[in-house]
Parts: sequence; structure tokens; C-alpha cells
Amino acid sequence: MARPGFVLEVDRSTPPILTWHGEGFRLERLPAGRSRVIYAPEPLKPLDDPDEEIRQALLHPMGDSAPLPDLLFAGMRLTIAFDDISLPLPPMRRPDNRQRVMEAVLEMAAAAGVDDVVLICALALHRRMTEAELRHAVGDRVYDAFAPSGRLLQHDAEDPAGLVHLGQTDQGEDVEINRRAAESDLLVYVNINLVAMDGGHKSVATGLASYRSLRHHHNVRTMRHSRSFMDQERSELHSSNWRMGRLIAASGVKVFQIETTLNNDAFPEQMGFLQKREWEWTARDRGAYLATTKSLSLAPPRVARSIFQSIKAPHAMTSVYAGEVEAVHRATTDMVYRQQLVAVDGQTDIAVFGLPHLCPYNVNSIMNPILVMCMGLGYLFNLYRGQPVVRRGGVAILSHPTPWAFHPVHHPSYIDFFEEVLADTTDPVEIEKNYEARFANDEWYRHLYRTSHAYHGVHPFYMWYWGAHALEHLGRVIIVGGEPRSVRRLGFSPASTLADALEMASDVVGRDATITHLHCPPIMIADVS
Amino acid sequence: MRALRVERSLTRFAAARISAQPHPLRLADVDPPDLPGADWQVVRPLLSGICGSDLATVSGRSSRWFEPIVSFPFVPGHEVVADTDDGTRVVIEPVLHCRIRGVDPVCPACAAGRTNHCERLVAGHLSPGLQTGYCRDTGGGWSALLVAHQAQLHPVPEGWTDEAAVMVEPTACAVHAALAAPIGHGVTAVVIGAGTIGLCTIAAVAHLRPDVTELIAVAKHPEQRRLARELGATHVVDPDEIRRAVRRATGSWILDQGQLTGGAGVVWDCVGSAGSIADALAVAAPGATVVLAGMPGHVGVDLTGLWQREIRLAGAYAYGPEPAAGGRHSFELAMEVVGRAGLDRLVSARYPLDRYSEAIDHAAHAGGRGATKVVFDLRNERRR
Repeated sequence: MARPGFVLEVDRSTPPILTWHGEGFRLERLPAGRSRVIYAPEPLKPLDDPDEEIRQALLHPMGDSAPLPDLLFAGMRLTIAFDDISLPLPPMRRPDNRQRVMEAVLEMAAAAGVDDVVLICALALHRRMTEAELRHAVGDRVYDAFAPSGRLLQHDAEDPAGLVHLGQTDQGEDVEINRRAAESDLLVYVNINLVAMDGGHKSVATGLASYRSLRHHHNVRTMRHSRSFMDQERSELHSSNWRMGRLIAASGVKVFQIETTLNNDAFPEQMGFLQKREWEWTARDRGAYLATTKSLSLAPPRVARSIFQSIKAPHAMTSVYAGEVEAVHRATTDMVYRQQLVAVDGQTDIAVFGLPHLCPYNVNSIMNPILVMCMGLGYLFNLYRGQPVVRRGGVAILSHPTPWAFHPVHHPSYIDFFEEVLADTTDPVEIEKNYEARFANDEWYRHLYRTSHAYHGVHPFYMWYWGAHALEHLGRVIIVGGEPRSVRRLGFSPASTLADALEMASDVVGRDATITHLHCPPIMIADVS
Repeated sequence: MRALRVERSLTRFAAARISAQPHPLRLADVDPPDLPGADWQVVRPLLSGICGSDLATVSGRSSRWFEPIVSFPFVPGHEVVADTDDGTRVVIEPVLHCRIRGVDPVCPACAAGRTNHCERLVAGHLSPGLQTGYCRDTGGGWSALLVAHQAQLHPVPEGWTDEAAVMVEPTACAVHAALAAPIGHGVTAVVIGAGTIGLCTIAAVAHLRPDVTELIAVAKHPEQRRLARELGATHVVDPDEIRRAVRRATGSWILDQGQLTGGAGVVWDCVGSAGSIADALAVAAPGATVVLAGMPGHVGVDLTGLWQREIRLAGAYAYGPEPAAGGRHSFELAMEVVGRAGLDRLVSARYPLDRYSEAIDHAAHAGGRGATKVVFDLRNERRR
């Protein structure tokens, strides 16, 4: 049976702790007597027969939904939307959950004589996926059956003809989503819920929405009032999406939600040491660690990036639920919490976050400095329920090389954001007020988003807003091992070593400050009392 | 008297190209120049600037274009503030045009007042030389004494420092460049380079071109960036950011070869390298004007964009009456710009003649060392 998460109190016998550092890792010794390390629960046991579990979920849906076969009929318009490349992390080995679920849905649709079927990748404002990425997600059979005939689409949030405005919520939020999805007789949404933030009404209300709609919840105010994104009951981001989702349902859009969860078995066997607690490393793990770090240190950054981007996780499906959106999502969230929650006693003065090579927005791409900020202060900081791991006025220490490097195809507006906006201010409110509209409406970004593989022009703003709560909450942010000029452009302080960073942090939180290291990935959620 | 002199020596020019040392330059005791005529007088330099064209000359990188219009040996130095014998402080307008050369009748350009376009730079009673500082008969500013025609002398306003006065000549060049592009309305413009000419051009545009509402400056070094902002640039970017910055400011697109679909209405290239000219052409809007304010020399540039987008490439050399400013002379306008913008702050270092190697090295690497204008300080130079 999988062991639950664990909080280690560091003492003199504690071995150095593995800390992620981009495309690499460091072994860091934390001060004894005032440090602790949070370890994720071990991977839950996967479903024995995921394909059969999927079939059962479709036949026995949750909430007030009818079984999927009862919703399918000849002559209907069926749209199947699915999560994009930002999930899961790292990308999972084939077959992907999306492929398994879609094949099951399509089999039932075929049995019911449904011909008008369109697949839509729910990109929101993310970049368009490549053919190889789509094939990996949906499988070759589905791809070959739909893509050549133009029935595998990628949502275009900037196509006026492809969007429909369904109305406004009671809070005045515009709800504008993909026309094909909205005007179908049935919209099936295929989800992968890697973290508690994913899924529910957010799937359609965000994944298939336009900028006009998204801006109502992807803004500084909402992000600052989402505490955290992993706790739907205390997340304004989710409240807004739920209002929109209910309006979508009230508008007559029939959504059949299918959510799947994964265990946190994130790394292949040869990198098994990444899943283990350091004192349990075997001689083989130590050898693998040494060999990996040595070869990475000799590899040029491009090669190291390529090695890490090629990792396919042995994630396995742990649950699948289908039916009415909210009922499904409650069950899914419980499963995510089962895999990821770790009880943590109280806050700390300093949080240490080792940042891995990957976040949702740099799959097959570069973790640029803005994504470093987002990963550290948007994602890892927000991996909590209750209250943040680090106290208000405390210090976050991130570990990442933070190179001044951008993927020119994927992140063109990020480059401009970094060069122009952050050179002026790092204040999210000022940034939103002075710059967002221009970037969001820039014709060139719009062109690249629609025709190339670029994130939308406004996307770097959302990345910055994602960390807005942390920026307001923290007394200081330090990046260990980061390129100094990049780190300074972000408004943070560079440090060469963790020891230096702790020394710098003592100016803010004193010399006997408590320290908590989030040993992540694998992903966890700190349930902070 | 002591003077730094350039002699025609292919060996020394070749050595300079290889070693980056000012081999063509020699500090020597030389006879003072004779007065070429009645309208000439002796002037004694106080400060004399080191210009980019001087650096090109002493490092052997100057274009052979100049060979027929200079005369060896010459004493460099054309950015000069000096005293006359009666104690008047003057700045020298160095162009050696028809009137100064005693050419009569003057050439059509000089007759029209455009003395910087003079067609008789090799005629008259002076040896060839486009300016004081390139003519063997006049001497130059890098010495204790030179001779100047009365038409070349502009009195320094009362209360000005020598540092402000020595900035008048380069600022006049910048004024001329600033006014070399057509006046428009709500123009987004770019100044590439933030050395002396770049910074002076920014100041000139800020004071003389109200039609330029957005001025993007391209500066490599921190001190240059600070000064560019202070002098009137609305945005300051690194050289490798220029295309993206202009794209953002003008709402245009960047195509795969790096050129913009739209761009800036005016681009002043104050560097003159192949890279800077390519950048200028890449960010200039269709129909825009690119002004070469920095001395270019031999460069290899793809001019397809210039043709396809009907970009006007304009040189800006020296000074003269400025039609865009009601015919006022560049020097007169430069005096105003120097005073109003406080350009004396651009004088960063002063050297005696003895330390000319250090001075040249400092000037050649000024930007990276936080400097802008490096000058020779002749105020303590022995006079005879």
C-alpha cells in the first residue's frame, strides 16, 4: 500500500536533500533543528483495467446525467473537447488517458450512428499543438480518423466567427465560448486532472473561451483572492468559472464531463531516485544520481533540455468519473486530494522550492524567466490548502538557473513582456493597468497565436498574475543559481548557493528562521493547519 | 609648438589596423602654420574633442574616399573651442569651403549657402582638406595653435564652460542630421547608437522635432541608457531588442527574416556599421527616411528592403542653413541645444597631449567605460 505524505524534521543525521534545479538537481544540506522537508505521498495503486473502468463510468454516470449511449443518436452534432499539452506533467507514456477515453466515447458514438463528430483541443490562450503532440494525446487511430478530414480542431479564441457569446453572469462576466461546442447537441469534455485546480466548470468555461471571457477571472484581483487555486472553496478563480459554467448549462449547452486522475508516478525507473526519500536511496539510486548529474553537468543546456523534455512519465490512471460536471468534479477532487494531500503543521518563515525543468507552458519548449516566476510563485507557492506554507512577510527561495532564454516561436510576447514591461515595473496591478490591453490586442501576436504555435499575446501577463498573491504575501524572493540579470529583471535577488540565500533571507526573517522545503515534484498539496 | 600629427605612411596605417594602436599619430614639435591670408588669424585651442572620424583615421580604418580631400601631414582635431589673440573664446566651424579657400566665384553649393556640399575642397589657396583637422595648411585642434578663417569662428556665449563650447560642433552635426528627415506628424522615430553623435541627435530631436512623439533610442551601455533617457528618448533598448521594440511601438509585425512589416517614420543611424544600417532598414516603415549620421565606410548591406519599401537613405554631413528651421544655421541651433540640454555633461574625460595613446584608447572604448566625449585639454599646453 502506498505510504502517505510525510514531513521530515531535519536533524544532524539527515542526509542532503535533493533539490530540483531546472534541468538538473542539487543535494542541499538544510540547517538542523529548524528545517523540515515535505514529501509527497507515494503513487496510488492504478486501476487494474482502465478501459473497462472508463466504459463503466460512461454507462453509469454521476449526478443527473443519463448514460452516454442514451445521449447519442444518429444525426446529432457531437463535439469532444479535450485538455491540451499542458497536462499532464511530464507528458505520460502512451496510451494517454485522453486516447483511452476518446476511443471509448467514439466507439459508443459509432454504435449510435453518430456521424457529425468533431474533436476540439481546448487550448484557451495556449499555443496550438503540433501533429506529433496531438498524436501523442489522442493516439494515431483517432488522429488519422479525424485530422485529415478537418474534424480535429484546435480552439481559436480569436476567431470571431467561431465564438458565441452566451450572456453574462450575475457578476457581469461575459461568457463567450467555442461556437461548435456550444451549438452541438452534446459536448463531451475529456479531462486529465493532474492537480485539484483542473477540471470542473473550468474545463469548458476556460478551455473553450475567448479572451473577452477569460479576462474576467484571469486578472490580478481574482488571482489574489484565490487561496489557493487548489482549494475550490476558497478560490475566486473557481467561483468565477463555476458561475460561467452554470450559465453555459443554463444556455442549453449540454456537457458530459469525463475526468480522469493520475497517480504521481512521475519519472521513469532509471530516474527512480527522484521519487524516493533520500535516506532510502539504494546504492543503485546513488549511482544513478551521480551518473545523471555528472552527464547533465557536461551537456550543453540545449542537450540537457532535450533529455528532460523527452521524459515520458509512467503516470497511471487511478480513477475515472463521468456525467454531470459538478458531481464528477467533486469525486475527482477527492481522488486528487487522496494522492496529493500532506498534513503540515503550521507555517514557516522560509520556503524552499526547487523548480524542475517543466511547467504547464513549456512542454517541448524553454522554461523562460517568466515561467520560472510562475512556476515558483504561481504553482509551487499555491500548492497548499488552508494557508500558504510560508508565513506572510516570509521568504521564498527558488532554485533554478533562470537563463535569459525564450522559445521564439512559442513565447514571442513573453520576450516583449520581459524586455519592455518588466523593465518598467514588476507590480502586477501596474502591469495590468498599463500594458495588458496593448498586448492582448496586438495584431501580430494574434496572428502568431492563430496560425503558428505561439501563446496568446496576453499569456505572459497571466503568468505574472498567477504569482500576484505570492508577490503580495512574501517579504522577499531569492533565486539560487539563477542568471543574475534575469533574476534582477524579475525583481528578485540572485544568490549563488542555498547557504547564501539563507543568509540573505535572515535580513528579512531573522537568523533562527524556520525553513520548509517542498520536495516537489512529485506533486503534492500541503494541507497547512 | 607641440602637436599630434598624422603622416602619410602605409606601414603605420597597416600597423594600426592590426594592433588597434594609433600608430599613424605622432607627438612632435612642429612649426606653427602660416596665416594663409588676410582674413585668417591664429587661435589657441582650449579643448579639442576626439571624434569617431578621428578614431577611424588614426586606427587606419578610414575609407580611401577621403584620400583626395585630405592633405598630409595634418594635425587632427575639428571639434575645437579656442581663444583668439584678442581673448575672444570661439568655437570653430571646420568645413574648408570656397570662401575660406579664396575660390572666386564660389561653387553653386556654396553660393546657395550649403557649404557642407562644397565642390571645391581641393581648390583655392589651401591644400586639399574637407575640414580643419584634415588639411596640412591650417593645423588642427590637437595642438597648441592653429589658424582659422574669420568665417569659421563662432563666439562662445558668455558664461559657458569650455566643455559646453566643445560640444557645439558635434551637436551641430546632430542638428543637421535631426533636420535631414522630412517633418511629419506623430512620428515614431529611432536613434541607433548612443555615443556622442547618438546622444546629441537625441537631444536635437527632442528640441527641434516636436513632430516626433515617440523616440526609441538604442544604447548598449548602462550610462548611455541613462543619458539617452535624460536627453529625451521615450524608450531605451538594447541593440538586440530594437526590432521588437519598434514593432511594439508601431503595432507592426516581424517577418521571418527579421524585418518589420511597418516600422518607424525616421531612423537615425549614429553608428554606421553594417549591422546598424541593416537594423535601420529593418525597422524603417515603408516610405520612411533613414539618416546616416554616423560615418559608415565600407559596409555590406542587403538593400532589397530599401527598394521594396521605398525607404529613403540620406546622409547627414556637417552643417549649414537648415530649411526645416527657417534657414537658421546648424551652429546657431546647436548653441541652443547644447545650452538647453546641458550637453556639457557629455564631456567625460580630459587628457593632455602627452597621454594621447590613453586618450585614443579611452575614446575608442568610451561607451563600455561609462564615457561619452573624450577631449584633449590644451589649457596647460606650452604655447610658442
